[in-house]
Amino acid sequence: MMKHLLGLLFVSVFIITSALVSSPAMAAIEVHNFKSPENEARYQHLIDELRCLVCQNQNIADSNAGLAYDLRQKVYEMIQAGKSDTEILNYMVERYGDFVLYRPPVKGYTLLLWFGPFILLFGAVVLLIRFARQRKDLEVFDEAELQDIRTLLKQTSGDPK
Amino acid sequence: MIVELGHLALIIALCIAICQATLPLAGSQYGIRSWIALARPLARLQLLFILISFASLIYAFLVHDFSVRYVASNSNTALPVLYLISGVWGAHEGSLLLWALILAVWTAAVTVFSRSIPNNMVARVIAVMGMISTGFLLFMLFTSNPFERLQFPPLEGRELNPLLQDPGLAIHPPMLYMGYVGFSVAFAFAIAAMLNGSLDSAWARWSRPWTIAAWVFLTVGIVMGSGWAYYELGWGGWWFWDPVENASLMPWLVGTALMHSLVVTDKRGAFKAWTVLLAIAAFSLSLLGTFLVRSGVLTSVHAFATDPARGVFILGFLIVIIGGSLLLYAWRASTVKSSVRFEPVSRDTGLLLNNVLLIVLAASILLGTLYPILIDALGLGKVSVGPPYFNSIFIPLAIPLAWAVGVGPFLRWRKDSGQRLAKILIVPLVGSVVIGTLATLLVPPYFTWGALLGLITASWVLCSLLVLVIRQMSIRHLLSRFGRSQLGMLVAHAGIAVFAIGICLTSIYSSQKDIQLALDESYDLDGYLFTFKGAERFSGPNFNGFRGVIEVTEDGKMVAELHPEKRFYQTGMPMTEAGIDGGITRDLYVALGEETVGRRAWVLRIYHEPFVRWVWAGGMMMAFGGLLAVFDARYRRRRLAAAAVSATPIGVPA
Amino acid sequence: MKMRFLWPLTLFALLAGLLGIGLTLDPKKVDSPLINKNAPAFDLGQLNDSTLHISPDNLKGQVWMLHVWASWCSVCLGEHPLINRLSTMQGLTLVGLNYKDDRLAALSWLNKLGNPYQAVAFDPEGKAGLDWGVYGVPESYLIDKHGVIRYKEVGPINDTVLKETLLPLIAQLQAETL
Repeated sequence: MMKHLLGLLFVSVFIITSALVSSPAMAAIEVHNFKSPENEARYQHLIDELRCLVCQNQNIADSNAGLAYDLRQKVYEMIQAGKSDTEILNYMVERYGDFVLYRPPVKGYTLLLWFGPFILLFGAVVLLIRFARQRKDLEVFDEAELQDIRTLLKQTSGDPK
Repeated sequence: MIVELGHLALIIALCIAICQATLPLAGSQYGIRSWIALARPLARLQLLFILISFASLIYAFLVHDFSVRYVASNSNTALPVLYLISGVWGAHEGSLLLWALILAVWTAAVTVFSRSIPNNMVARVIAVMGMISTGFLLFMLFTSNPFERLQFPPLEGRELNPLLQDPGLAIHPPMLYMGYVGFSVAFAFAIAAMLNGSLDSAWARWSRPWTIAAWVFLTVGIVMGSGWAYYELGWGGWWFWDPVENASLMPWLVGTALMHSLVVTDKRGAFKAWTVLLAIAAFSLSLLGTFLVRSGVLTSVHAFATDPARGVFILGFLIVIIGGSLLLYAWRASTVKSSVRFEPVSRDTGLLLNNVLLIVLAASILLGTLYPILIDALGLGKVSVGPPYFNSIFIPLAIPLAWAVGVGPFLRWRKDSGQRLAKILIVPLVGSVVIGTLATLLVPPYFTWGALLGLITASWVLCSLLVLVIRQMSIRHLLSRFGRSQLGMLVAHAGIAVFAIGICLTSIYSSQKDIQLALDESYDLDGYLFTFKGAERFSGPNFNGFRGVIEVTEDGKMVAELHPEKRFYQTGMPMTEAGIDGGITRDLYVALGEETVGRRAWVLRIYHEPFVRWVWAGGMMMAFGGLLAVFDARYRRRRLAAAAVSATPIGVPA
Repeated sequence: MKMRFLWPLTLFALLAGLLGIGLTLDPKKVDSPLINKNAPAFDLGQLNDSTLHISPDNLKGQVWMLHVWASWCSVCLGEHPLINRLSTMQGLTLVGLNYKDDRLAALSWLNKLGNPYQAVAFDPEGKAGLDWGVYGVPESYLIDKHGVIRYKEVGPINDTVLKETLLPLIAQLQAETL
């Protein structure tokens, strides 16, 4: 356990000192000239979807780390070269793995992630309906009804209560 | 010397907390009156000592005592006074002390505002809160001591992270903590009720104002965090679904469900066990957030210096508190008899649906947040779950919730008829389709189906609220001391509509452009002409940088003059202060990039964000609605009478 | 005790277990998708002589390690003695990839600390690094005789990794026939 923790510490130090420090405070702003506004929109969309691997959970659009800059340049170049969104994303995944995508791909191991919420919703609603139906048939009186009964009793028996 | 006093005060507070956690509890269990009576004084005494401790840490910051490691790591002599104080909670150890302080404050509040609650119940509540205090104080004293001294004190301290040098960010953590910790009151009430043996509905009535108050603080904290991110981080965004952001949203969602479920338990005596579970869940999620921020299991921009060794301690604490309470739940809840009857179409069912939607939403966010850990733990590699996922999940779940909000307040308790409702609701339904469609055609610059759906949904909420007020409410009652609950509900629900409009329009219709402009050059973004008027050097107390001037005109008329800044602090880390012109219908936003060498031009990022302020306005309306509800006079008067009536369970076991 | 009331506790136990395991993991260490794939091609000038080129093709038939480093990387400083030791090993060709660095700074760094590399590829813009999925410095790749990447170490190699993982793997790769 200690070994692992020390190892963790080592790696964290490496990440912090070796990579160019990313400041979340300065959005990386650079000018690119695109052949069309659609291309520019595609660029903005793609750099929002790609993760900066050396940052503390940022996409490459918001980070000014060196790696983020390189990846943005690559995306720009590929758009200019006429590559499609899929080709660009695949290019990144080939080199960095699925981790680089902020939208997890729908593969075997992410089925639970993508469908879980809806399965949960469906299941919960089914339970809700069953529960509500069950409650209809409870053979009890609730407070309001009991109050009515008490009032009736008071009126008929004349007992102060 | 003062620092050592602070340290000592913390140790004394721990001893008091241990007494507070044990004696009143035993007293309640065995009927020892003198021990029960100890609860209130012990809680107040604990507050005193934690205050002393906190004050001494502030003192250490103010006098620049760099022999204290925490002070040296988070402040230096050039730091303005405001940030010397807010730096106290700017990092791990100090923020824990703030947690402990706020917990002590809430406990002391319980000692004051609990006159009408039986003493043995109050004793149990305070004891449970004492247990939580004990955990945090132990954690601090053993692993994260803010008063630790350095053997070789430096002459100058480190710079406080420039991101934290902002008034908004100074107040955001205290607000959030007030919320997180506030849910411990409802939690403590639930535990106390279970220990009491009779899971009746009285505890629900007592918890309601406390729960709503905590929820109000959490709402404000989240809104402030979002607003701060928007103007400070320079990318025009206001929510990133970062794990720590999610860690604040999850207890908020469950807390909302809890607030609504408490209504049913209070008024109808139903869902007793379910509401207890929600109270446990809300506070558990607060604690989970503490774990996520400090243990390093997830990568986050918000994370404090992460340390898995500390994570182990917090996890142990979680297991004791949450595991213990769920064990108690499994034991006690099974003895509760279902005794309340209601039909499928009723307010009871409606509120249950509210709970279902909110819980599924919270669970989905939890799934997405923890999924990377799950996949890694199973050895399947690394995966990232980011905004694209969460946005895809959030919208399909939030829209039905918004539609339910319109129907809910009309429902009658126990039994209602679909026909009756349909007749009432047809008016706001038609109204919302008409208004929503008109709004979609007139307000945004171009039509999208997303905007249509969003605006019709928001109109639906508002129209149904309007019909509700006209049909069923008296304005005089709403404005009286006893109508605040209802008024609060109206304001909060209207806030949902405002929030929805903001989210819908800003996410669909925002534009941005990165452009290089020389002096007097302009760029037109959505009809607004941004003209660069130069940038000059300037400096502040602990930084220097550039300030730019950008004039914005629309159709030739001057709209705003923006002053974006780029600051370099001592650490060399550059920071942007965006130049923002905020408006009711839109924000105009400029951030400085780089100066182009050779050419006196700057690269700028320009944004046009329509209706973005409605996002936070909606959130603040929700908070304000909650605040109104807390101060409903019914809570004060009815408590005495109600306590007598509902103390005994009613009904024949099913 | 009715069973259904134990569900929350059970779910929590699973959650706590997951978080406990999570504490032993490192969320920032990303596995490389290039393991067991062909080493990406590059054709770069060498650090000490830009007219000389180097590419993975030159190294077919050998077991070799690509070590990504830079003179601005302080952690590389600590790792360097170990890399120097590695260079004395028989049967392992050590190739450096100087990543996003300044040629003169890199050369003087090697002068001062010793040059363990058979050759150093100079990648000032990080373009080759991008193809190899480099995201930080230092990183090390182990490539077999067929030109397939068999292992990647992110971060500095420490003695434990060297002894328990790298050395056995190198021996295994050396024993493989072409």
